[in-house]
Amino acid sequence: MKKILCLAAALMAVLLVFTACGSSEQEVVNVYNWGENIDETIFKDFEKQTGIKVNYKVYETNEQLYAVLKQGGVSYDVIVPSDYMISRMIAEDMLEKIDYSNVPNLSKIDPNYLYREFDPEQEYSVPYTWGVVGIVYNTTMVEDPEESWGLLFDDKYSGQILQFDNSRDAMATALFYLGYDVNTTDKAELDEAYQLLVQQKPILQGYVMDQMFDKMEGGEAAVGVYYAGDCLTMIDNNPDLAYFVPEEGSNFFVDAMCIPKGAANKKNAELFINFMCETDICLRNMDVTGYATPSAEAYAELDEETRENDILFPSEEVLSNCQTYVNLPADTLELYNDYWTKLKS
Amino acid sequence: MKNRRLASLSAYPYVVWMAIFVVIPLVLVVFYAFTNDAGQFTTANFNEMGSYTMVFVRSLVLSAAATAVCLILGYPVAYVLAKESAGFQRIALMLLMLPMWINFLLRTYAWMSILENTGLLNTLFSDIGLIALVNKIGSALSSSYVPIDHFQMINTQGAVILGMVYNYLPFMIMPIHSVIVKIDRATIEAAQDLGADDVTVFRKVIFPLSLPGVLSGITMVFVPSVSTFILSKLLGGGTTMLLGDLIELQFMGGAYNPHLGSAISLIMMIIVMVCMALMNRFGDGEDQAVML
Repeated sequence: MKKILCLAAALMAVLLVFTACGSSEQEVVNVYNWGENIDETIFKDFEKQTGIKVNYKVYETNEQLYAVLKQGGVSYDVIVPSDYMISRMIAEDMLEKIDYSNVPNLSKIDPNYLYREFDPEQEYSVPYTWGVVGIVYNTTMVEDPEESWGLLFDDKYSGQILQFDNSRDAMATALFYLGYDVNTTDKAELDEAYQLLVQQKPILQGYVMDQMFDKMEGGEAAVGVYYAGDCLTMIDNNPDLAYFVPEEGSNFFVDAMCIPKGAANKKNAELFINFMCETDICLRNMDVTGYATPSAEAYAELDEETRENDILFPSEEVLSNCQTYVNLPADTLELYNDYWTKLKS
Repeated sequence: MKNRRLASLSAYPYVVWMAIFVVIPLVLVVFYAFTNDAGQFTTANFNEMGSYTMVFVRSLVLSAAATAVCLILGYPVAYVLAKESAGFQRIALMLLMLPMWINFLLRTYAWMSILENTGLLNTLFSDIGLIALVNKIGSALSSSYVPIDHFQMINTQGAVILGMVYNYLPFMIMPIHSVIVKIDRATIEAAQDLGADDVTVFRKVIFPLSLPGVLSGITMVFVPSVSTFILSKLLGGGTTMLLGDLIELQFMGGAYNPHLGSAISLIMMIIVMVCMALMNRFGDGEDQAVML
């Protein structure tokens, strides 16, 4: 009996250590966003305006975000998944409906980005950035390439090519090159795409995500594939780099702010999301991230030169050739996981 | 009597700590390994593992190589160090530990910029004309020689081994050193008095006596090497996947499958335990070696 008492006392002592840390009164909002995807100085302004402190953390891929939320044990209030991951999360009941009466700034968003495939009723998300996937290359190493996905599979640049380190984007590069629907569920087509990635592996320098910045800017690799906004940042830092959207078509994506199920500070999350849609905040974020803002008001404030930047705002012609990822059925997702693990091992 | 009661009481926090952070996670790992998404019992996770045999083999081979290199590099250092004065030893050991004060990830990032194709080493090699020299020799030897503009160091398995050796070398030196230091001078003198030369003394006396340190050094390098992750991603370019990365991929990466991840973790734990049991069998008196 005494032993049990002692054990209980010790348990209490250990628990106390943990609870003692979390007892402050400060209002907080826990934000979980892509790496290099925000101007971190805006947190100060948000705190000044509302008294709410922003706890900020970053992830590298949609899949990582999904895994972290699925495992539980974390409490984030605002997350920024991409389109296809939003529809998956909605389907798996992982998101909270947003009370738009707390987000009046939604009216500033271009209607073009609302009621999209991933959130047809416009209940769960507020668009944050949008863009396309493109190929970035170093002009000192690659001369006048054909504007095709083939550049990623060209063994002339063996050892100098960087591929996405996530299953959906990597498979998409192969599907686009083969001319298949990027949302295909046809096993034969997916298998062909997987085989292409297997063939590509020996000529790759590596599978990377945000390491892309260092490797491309430093001239360590000749060809990489990444999101337009980040490519723009790379080109800013190294003028030798150039960018194109492959003519076979590419991925058009919208990253939107959502509130995960069970968020502890839902009200604060909505305040934060609303704040993120303020026109000057959109502009400041755009300046740092290089991603186009979906805010119509912010777009109106931009100067001519920025609006005509075709990396930021691709032409109608390019956009019409782009496809959005949609959520895939469970057995296709399993196939993706399977292929990806096999490819990487 | 009372003191002993107090002593046993003071062990309770540790017992609770172990229960929360070691026993419960272990139970969870076992549970996940033998279930599927619906929570039913299955051994499918283990059957699935067959397709990852290459990863297991690669992990074991690379960590064995890293352990061997650590032993070859570390033993002489420990041996020489043990003969120096106490003050020198203290400083030398501290210097050995010094890199450990820097975060593992930062140290690995540093190696990336050293090993990259346009990195520090390659720049140095081309500046001192080494690369030009290699090209000259190459084209003289064979007409089909393709000139190089850098040595490929990063994104190779060698780079991964280097990362392991660099990070875990102190774990080899420390236990060997602490055992050699404790060898009784009298045994060495006795061997010399009986006519043994230096080589024989080392072979017949010092090395056998230092074996417990060697064995614990091997364990302490091999175990973290075999379970390491991120090294292969950063230094191996993500194309030479190791066990640690495979497990991470199941929990955090593109392929979310905690059941498979747990099954692999379980197998890895068994591998590690078998290794340690083997080591214990050969190394009686291993407890002499001081763990860090």
